[in-house]
Amino acid sequence: MRLSPFNVVSLTLGFVFLYLPMLILVIYSFNASKLVTVWAGFSTKWYGELLANDAFLDAAWVTLQVAVFSSTLATVLGTMAAYVLVRGGRFFGRTLFSGMIYAPLVMPEVITGLSLLLLFIGIGMDRGVLTIVLAHTTFSMCFVSVVVSSRLMTFDQSLEEAALDLGASPFEAFRLVTLPIIAPAVISGWLLAFTLSLDDLVIASFTSGPSATTLPMKIWSSVRLGVSPEINALSTLLIGLVTVGVIAASIASKQSALRAKRDEQAAARAQ
Amino acid sequence: MPYVWLLALFLIPFAVVFKISLSDIALAIPPYTPTAKDGIWNMLTGLDFENFVFLTEDDLYWKAYLSSLQIAFFSTFLTLCVGYPMAYAMARAPEQWRPTLLMLVILPFWTSFLIRVYAWVGILSGEGFLNQFLLWLGVISTPLTILNTNTAVYIGIVYTYLPFMILPIYSALDRMDGSLIEAAEDLGCSRLKAFWLVTVPLSKNGIIAGCFLVFIPALGEFVIPSLLGGSGTLMIGKVLFEEFFSNRDWPVASAVAVILLLILIVPIVLFQRNEQRQAEAEK
Repeated sequence: MRLSPFNVVSLTLGFVFLYLPMLILVIYSFNASKLVTVWAGFSTKWYGELLANDAFLDAAWVTLQVAVFSSTLATVLGTMAAYVLVRGGRFFGRTLFSGMIYAPLVMPEVITGLSLLLLFIGIGMDRGVLTIVLAHTTFSMCFVSVVVSSRLMTFDQSLEEAALDLGASPFEAFRLVTLPIIAPAVISGWLLAFTLSLDDLVIASFTSGPSATTLPMKIWSSVRLGVSPEINALSTLLIGLVTVGVIAASIASKQSALRAKRDEQAAARAQ
Repeated sequence: MPYVWLLALFLIPFAVVFKISLSDIALAIPPYTPTAKDGIWNMLTGLDFENFVFLTEDDLYWKAYLSSLQIAFFSTFLTLCVGYPMAYAMARAPEQWRPTLLMLVILPFWTSFLIRVYAWVGILSGEGFLNQFLLWLGVISTPLTILNTNTAVYIGIVYTYLPFMILPIYSALDRMDGSLIEAAEDLGCSRLKAFWLVTVPLSKNGIIAGCFLVFIPALGEFVIPSLLGGSGTLMIGKVLFEEFFSNRDWPVASAVAVILLLILIVPIVLFQRNEQRQAEAEK
């Protein structure tokens, strides 16, 4: 099929709209001038200043810890929830349960953040890294569960039944048959939870205490004062990391799809 | 045996998940249910109806809700106007390009939301990139003030939520059978008419899903109006945040949240219905 000129124009303009702002940000992070709007030659000095700034490094470390713990916890809980939703059949409270899984996906962060904060205060919990981890787990769990359940729905249940007939315990059947098959979805769920946690500002602001500042909170407090070249440098680093990560993940999944296809063909030939 | 399996593998995680998910939802609701535990009850007593009365008396809040609805509505419409042609072009693109195009749409979604909004601050500001460019072109003679106005908020929302609009529409258009258009054209429809009568109705579900995915989060948006909007931009997410962190009036902030939640229940339920109907139609 050939693209009509109209389609080419709308795609080009759309992608320019999506990418130009980030591109400008990246270019200006190498600007030597403190004034972000005037180009004064190429320089990497803002990266140097950024790496010498302990407050940013501390915040980055807190953010990384929170993201690793919360995304792992969210993946475990979200996978379980997806399994129950897809396989559990009709059980008491199913509608409520699935509603609770979908609602946080679209719930404004201010509401989630506020309600969690009130809960933490209500049970007398000290706010800090732990509360951010719990909060992030709660909302990213739902994203994981949506990703995993879409994979579970397309999955051939007779494979599990075969394992059970052959004497596997239900847990063994899950671990040895179901889990390897849904693994790609579980991994992408983890990645999604991880980026959501890295990215979150609002929920973290609500649930963190004075002892814990995450990177988005740190960025927020400096961004409010206006554009700064240090933040441009930090943004460039983050954009770079994400781009490399996404491209690597897509290449890896393409290769594993190719491998699966080859295996299938080999199996078909062997028959 | 399957019963034991079900009980073990669904009831226990269900209980865990139920507890976690319920705790945040139960707290967003005012204490209509006196059955709530003592601790929670005490904590929420600040949230009696006085706060709601206060909200209705002070027209700041009315205006904030109304202007949030208005901003969310128009920006959803704008996002649809930008997103539909893109999704359409992607679905019409040659097969081998599609994965790349799809990745290009998804990539910004993985990039930090805050950074993407922040990128616009530098572009839209008085001596920012856009003004410099327009001045250089000679289109305008004095810099435009875009930053700190509602226009900037619209741009920000369209920009950040565009992938949410494109993806559902694309997946609807992608599944569509191209021969339907050919049939319509053979039967004497003009291209535009075929588009209106065949393509648009067939992608209806994608459009609805996309609009909800943009409208619902946009309504409670906080980062975009605070960074790009000015003091005149009233959006309820921002009001709530400021009520909470600057004025430290937690009960009022909670009341604001409850009303926002009540407003949101309608679109959220509609959205879920739409998704369910679609899922059932596919079966």
